[in-house]
Amino acid sequence: MLAFILRRLAQALFVIAAMLVIVFFGVNVVGDPIYMLISPEMDQQQIAETARALGLDRPIWEQFLVFLKNAAQGDLGRSFVHGESAIKLILHRMPATLELAFVALVLAIVIGLPLGLYAGLKPESRLSRFIMAVSILGFSLPTFWVGLMLILTFAVGLGWLPATGRGPTVSILGLETSLLSLKGWQHVALPALNLALLKISLVIRLARAGAREAALMDYVKFARAKGLSQSRIIGVHILKNIMIPIVTVLGLEFGSLVAFSVVTETIFAWPGMGRLLLEAITRLDRPVIVAYVMVVVVLFVTINLLVDLVYSALDPRVRLTEATS
Amino acid sequence: MAPVLEVSGLKTHFFTRAGTVKSVDGVSFHVERGEVLGLVGESGSGKSVTGFSVMGLIDPPGRIVEGSIKLNGKELVGLDEEGFREVRGREVAMIFQDPMMTLNPVLRVDTQMIEAVTAHDKVSHKAARERSRDALAKVGIPSPEERLNAYPHQFSGGMRQRVAIAIALLHRPPLIICDEPTTALDVTIQSQILAEMQGLCADTGTALVWITHDLGVVAGLADRIAVMYAGRIVETGAVDPVLDTPLHPYTSGLLGSLPAEGEPGAPLRQIRGSTPSLARLPQGCAFAARCDYVQADCLALAPDVTPFPGARGVRCHHPLNLAGVAA
Repeated sequence: MLAFILRRLAQALFVIAAMLVIVFFGVNVVGDPIYMLISPEMDQQQIAETARALGLDRPIWEQFLVFLKNAAQGDLGRSFVHGESAIKLILHRMPATLELAFVALVLAIVIGLPLGLYAGLKPESRLSRFIMAVSILGFSLPTFWVGLMLILTFAVGLGWLPATGRGPTVSILGLETSLLSLKGWQHVALPALNLALLKISLVIRLARAGAREAALMDYVKFARAKGLSQSRIIGVHILKNIMIPIVTVLGLEFGSLVAFSVVTETIFAWPGMGRLLLEAITRLDRPVIVAYVMVVVVLFVTINLLVDLVYSALDPRVRLTEATS
Repeated sequence: MAPVLEVSGLKTHFFTRAGTVKSVDGVSFHVERGEVLGLVGESGSGKSVTGFSVMGLIDPPGRIVEGSIKLNGKELVGLDEEGFREVRGREVAMIFQDPMMTLNPVLRVDTQMIEAVTAHDKVSHKAARERSRDALAKVGIPSPEERLNAYPHQFSGGMRQRVAIAIALLHRPPLIICDEPTTALDVTIQSQILAEMQGLCADTGTALVWITHDLGVVAGLADRIAVMYAGRIVETGAVDPVLDTPLHPYTSGLLGSLPAEGEPGAPLRQIRGSTPSLARLPQGCAFAARCDYVQADCLALAPDVTPFPGARGVRCHHPLNLAGVAA
């Protein structure tokens, strides 16, 4: 167990190092940020000075070495635009995004799992067919369009929920959250639903496929032969078996929820790191882009590790030891 | 005393797109207290469906369309799901063919045993656990206390089948249906399990319906035998007379195809052809197309059961070995 975790940590470090190289060079060979940052009145000398101040006049490998040295100390550079530490900027915006992604994930499980189970256990019923048809829509409709329709319906048309922004936040154990007030929930409802829609459809499909398969297994028939109630068979025997693929996929999807909530955050003016990324890209704010990608890489690596651990808790046949091949 | 199980005129049909599959089509038999009935037949003869019908485990598109199943005098056909749930595990238990598949792979053995106890008896978790441990000990599982905490994949196939047997015995049901419980095990384990089942059932007075295609197992284990073919019982009686002087050509053919019957080195005898589709059974005797003794009336009319002395019965127009029975 411990050996497994150490080994995985070493692999994670390697992945992060490789990503550092790829991202730094990938971002730094595109365009010249200096021309985005100067004002038109500046003369050549002022431009050169600005470049020197930002370290942009040195050869790229030298820039990389400086970047590496700072990265090792947790410093991924200063934002060209904000003048602040890039990593701080992102971490400052991260709680908002995490909150949104978390609510979306909970929605995906709370809505998707029962619907998928139902559709899997009663595949012939009308309601099941309807659920499956809607899940196809959930997969196919583009996020930005659904987001606009949600605003149009619930904010503009019915006036039930606010269209943009985040509710008032309170700090708990150093984490800013807006989920403790009704107003906060009103604000998070629409963007979270928008973000969750695809994941709900995904969970429905996974749960349905799993339940259909599990319902035919001998252990379900044997459980019935023991005289167990229907609710115990579905809630324990079937559910625990289908949770294995769902946990795996949702774990990875949580990463993508955080990393790619860009569209949703933009439409609902949610002050998260997705919007920060979009601003950074349009202004070629390289340190912020690099820092953003690195944060996402670390996030994915961590989630992968956690998924492996949860997986072994769900399925006792998975042993977290090194393969002796 | 009334028999533990009395099945009469049972018809279980499956309504598929390809037509109505008459898996069980008019089966009648009974099992006395403490008796072992061997239900024999090849794949698709309806022996397992008969067992599942008794347990109320027939799922759509299948349905019991006719007949009666009386367990300790109580009619089971027509019970709702909750009614069947109360019966299952307490009044009739079932052991399945493949021990690798019958235990839930992600739940510990204690979970799966305790839930079986508390499904019928409102006892404390601790009491249920002790009962489970004792049941494991009874079926010959070493250090049962530790094994309760194990997962099914940490058991061998034979041990898993013992766990399944222990679960079936938890409520000391008067009847256990065994659906080929030794088929998936290797021969040495098979004989151990057989011997143990025999001992346990003799101790508790439990009756068994032993579903199998293995005549060798039936010969050693069962008191009576019922041979099924194409959804019907074609021959029934006490084990020794039926196996010594089979009346039905199908029973005779099955016995003739046993390896022990042939000359060493010679090809095994077999019954020609294969089982007819249960969705399109012929008008006459279902076995006619494969029978060596077929006559004109076999093709025209399906035979009824003809009773013989010694509580034997055969579903054939022209039974064999009549001299042996009369004597």
